[in-house]
Amino acid sequence: MKDIYIIAYAQNPILADAKAANEVELIMPVVHEVFRQTGLSQKDIDFTCSGSCDYLQGAAFAFVEGLSAIQTNPPIKESHVEMDAAWALYECMLKISSGDTESALIYGFGRSSPGNLDSIISLQTDPYYLSPLWVDRISYAALQANTLLQHGTISHDEMYDAIVESMEFAKSNPNALVSNAPSKEEYVAEQKLSTPLNKFDVAPVSDGASAMIICTKDFAKNLNLDHVKINQVCHNIESSNIGTRDLSTSTSLLDLSTKLNLTNLSVDIAELHSQYSHEIVFLKKLLGLDNTSVNASGGPLSGNVMMAAGLDCIGKTYEYLKSKDVTNGLAHATSGPCLQQNMLLHMERVK
Amino acid sequence: MIDAAVIGVGQTKYDSKRRDVSVGGLVREAIDNAMKHANVDWDAIDAVILGKAPDMFEGIMMPELSLADAIGAVGKPVLRVHTAGSVGGSTSVIAATHVTSGNFDTVLTVTFEKQSESNATWALSPKYPYSPHINAGAGGYFAPYMREYIRRYNAPENIGWIVAAKDRQNALKNPYAHLQIPNIDEKMVADTPMLWEPLRYLESCPSSDGACALVISNEKLAKGRKAAWIKGMAVRSEGTLSAGRDEVNPQGGQDCASDIYKQAGILNPKDEIDCAEIYVPFSWYEPMWLENLHFCDLGEGWKLTENGTTALDGDLPINMSGGVLSSNPIGASGMIRFGEAALQVMHQANEYQVDGAKLAMGHAYGGASQFFAMWVVGNER
Amino acid sequence: MSEEKKDHFISPISLDYNYTAGAATTRFLKKVSEGKIVGQKCPKCTAVYVPPRGSCPRCGVATEEEVELVDKGSVESFTIVHIPIPGNPIVPPYVCAMIRLEGANISFLHLIQEIDLKDIRIGMRVEAVWKDKSEWDTTLENIKWFKPSGGDDIDPSEYRFKGPE
Repeated sequence: MKDIYIIAYAQNPILADAKAANEVELIMPVVHEVFRQTGLSQKDIDFTCSGSCDYLQGAAFAFVEGLSAIQTNPPIKESHVEMDAAWALYECMLKISSGDTESALIYGFGRSSPGNLDSIISLQTDPYYLSPLWVDRISYAALQANTLLQHGTISHDEMYDAIVESMEFAKSNPNALVSNAPSKEEYVAEQKLSTPLNKFDVAPVSDGASAMIICTKDFAKNLNLDHVKINQVCHNIESSNIGTRDLSTSTSLLDLSTKLNLTNLSVDIAELHSQYSHEIVFLKKLLGLDNTSVNASGGPLSGNVMMAAGLDCIGKTYEYLKSKDVTNGLAHATSGPCLQQNMLLHMERVK
Repeated sequence: MIDAAVIGVGQTKYDSKRRDVSVGGLVREAIDNAMKHANVDWDAIDAVILGKAPDMFEGIMMPELSLADAIGAVGKPVLRVHTAGSVGGSTSVIAATHVTSGNFDTVLTVTFEKQSESNATWALSPKYPYSPHINAGAGGYFAPYMREYIRRYNAPENIGWIVAAKDRQNALKNPYAHLQIPNIDEKMVADTPMLWEPLRYLESCPSSDGACALVISNEKLAKGRKAAWIKGMAVRSEGTLSAGRDEVNPQGGQDCASDIYKQAGILNPKDEIDCAEIYVPFSWYEPMWLENLHFCDLGEGWKLTENGTTALDGDLPINMSGGVLSSNPIGASGMIRFGEAALQVMHQANEYQVDGAKLAMGHAYGGASQFFAMWVVGNER
Repeated sequence: MSEEKKDHFISPISLDYNYTAGAATTRFLKKVSEGKIVGQKCPKCTAVYVPPRGSCPRCGVATEEEVELVDKGSVESFTIVHIPIPGNPIVPPYVCAMIRLEGANISFLHLIQEIDLKDIRIGMRVEAVWKDKSEWDTTLENIKWFKPSGGDDIDPSEYRFKGPE
């Protein structure tokens, strides 16, 4: 990939229920905010790409509705992934690397409040013999949590500590939806959703939208916004057949961390798309992040807008690198049951 | 920019119900055919790009997750594209962008629709409590624009019949085509019942199950072999409810076409492009798109249809394979256009080959005539 | 069990959702429930949207200013539907038309009745026929259909909005 810079990022305050807001009303504020941050307008943007998922809202063509939030006169070069917007960012990076695009706008949006997220996510699994069983997302996650506990990779105490730390961080994030940690007694007494997970272990159902602008080095330099660049990005997917996967580890993430040469990087800050407490503990160990500040934004446990949360991990890493005197950032995005599909980005503060 | 070329095209037999295969089996059928055509093995594939129209057409959310094994993506990057009806075209463009970006040597891309496993009409028209249910299907939505075209340019009503008969005659030469109607002619079309005026039954596309796959590579694999080099590719989008849009001749389609002609160094598309596969789900869209894509002046499109220019033996053959009017697995329909254009310049279109085709166009559109994807491919780099 | 070999079975998926129309459309629908049609105007290019979605995609800005429109307009284009559509109670053939209200810059689909089918044409002037007030709700179905209102046809070239200049 070419040198690609992030020059703006915006996120709506995460809500449990965005009430009457439609796609346009969710997206427009964040798009206007990234334009405000850069002084740019849609006419300065060479390529636009969004991420969303129809099943969250329960209506086909959510992205078509959302496009009305963007200026499309004259018509724009635009595309859409039915994925987390982190993959929309990836598509934009390919465009810029190709050489015909200097700047790109990315946005992701999702509303999980209109439906029952647990049932909806069941439709991600094999339609012939798995999804008819309506296995919910939390039960899949619990399968992996149990495996990790039994292998001694993680402990219940570490899971609790991860929640407490996330909530502590979330207190200084104005967009966070939740920031109150349970006491140890409350946590232990709380009814399990799927053993070993209770509601505190699970990211909250959230509504929201986020936007980002990326560009070439020269474009960023001209705006005097060449502070944070994406050094490397890679992503991959594991088998659909969960029975063939070793849930005590992640072949996907081990492969990606080798590609990023993560062991030789001194990562200062990481934002992980960890939607469950055990994933925070697991990923920290798997990726060797013991001495790294992880999920300083509060992470997905403090607010988890489906189809934007991966992009948010990248955006929060950007914000941290831009404002703090540290060099290396790591961002993670994921999709599918038990971290089936993953993306890792190594980002660097340039000045 | 790094050059990219199509080196393999794979399709399935298109049919109203492919009950002999699962969704995974359907996409794998197209993939196997594409990889066999390209003569490549799995270790050559660096990434997989999947495209399809709304998930609700099959009831499978984000199908790249449950199809990872079937599409051979395990351990590889996979991207899932959805840009409404244009998705087969835009997925081809994004797949090629993987190669032109310099990050990948060879990629596999596949698109599909298996409408028989769900109810697409239901998926497209949920009954919102606040909307009047005057929905009359896709034909009912597009028919007013066709009527406006006819009014503007005073086109005779048999133009639609000519297109419908011509594309189905072409389909008889294509064993993959869904509709195979023996002895189809203009009169047979004209005798079918009126659905949405001015559209008759046989002037409308079928609903099909099917998949299409392409293998796209840089010079490492494409050099020195039969390949369809991408000379220009582009996408354009317009907002649905935007004042001042002209849905009959959308600006997005015009800009997208001009963009690819410029990239390919084409000054006169009608003379320089040998043949085109364009997205014609309803008969009247052939003349409408001929004008939109600058193959002729405004109001002249129906005359090219009428005088036989767009027939298989005409000066500018359109939809040699039978087009969307003969096979319509929605998510794949755009990629079929792009792949058929590639087959023409590879001179592998068998019975519907246009003699000596050197430059061919693939075109797709979607939404309310608002999403466009196109490419021009050539037999030389 | 039947002896006949079955190659498939139907496994229904049922999901419940609480739909929202959006804030802009909600304001519109509340007015419709009072028998009024209120569009929204773009602060930049002045285009009037009805029904509004809350934005002007020409300019990429929110539409806030409300503009009350009359329930009269004309036919930008139309189709005569001859086939029954599943879930649609209207008996074919019927006219489905893009109605452009006076003062609006986009059209919406609605029905035209009280007309001989052969007389329908692009540019024809129409007016709304409302249901009885007791049946009004937050939906454009408060308008049963549109019917011809007489007067000179609109020149179709006037339908294209070209901006404030």
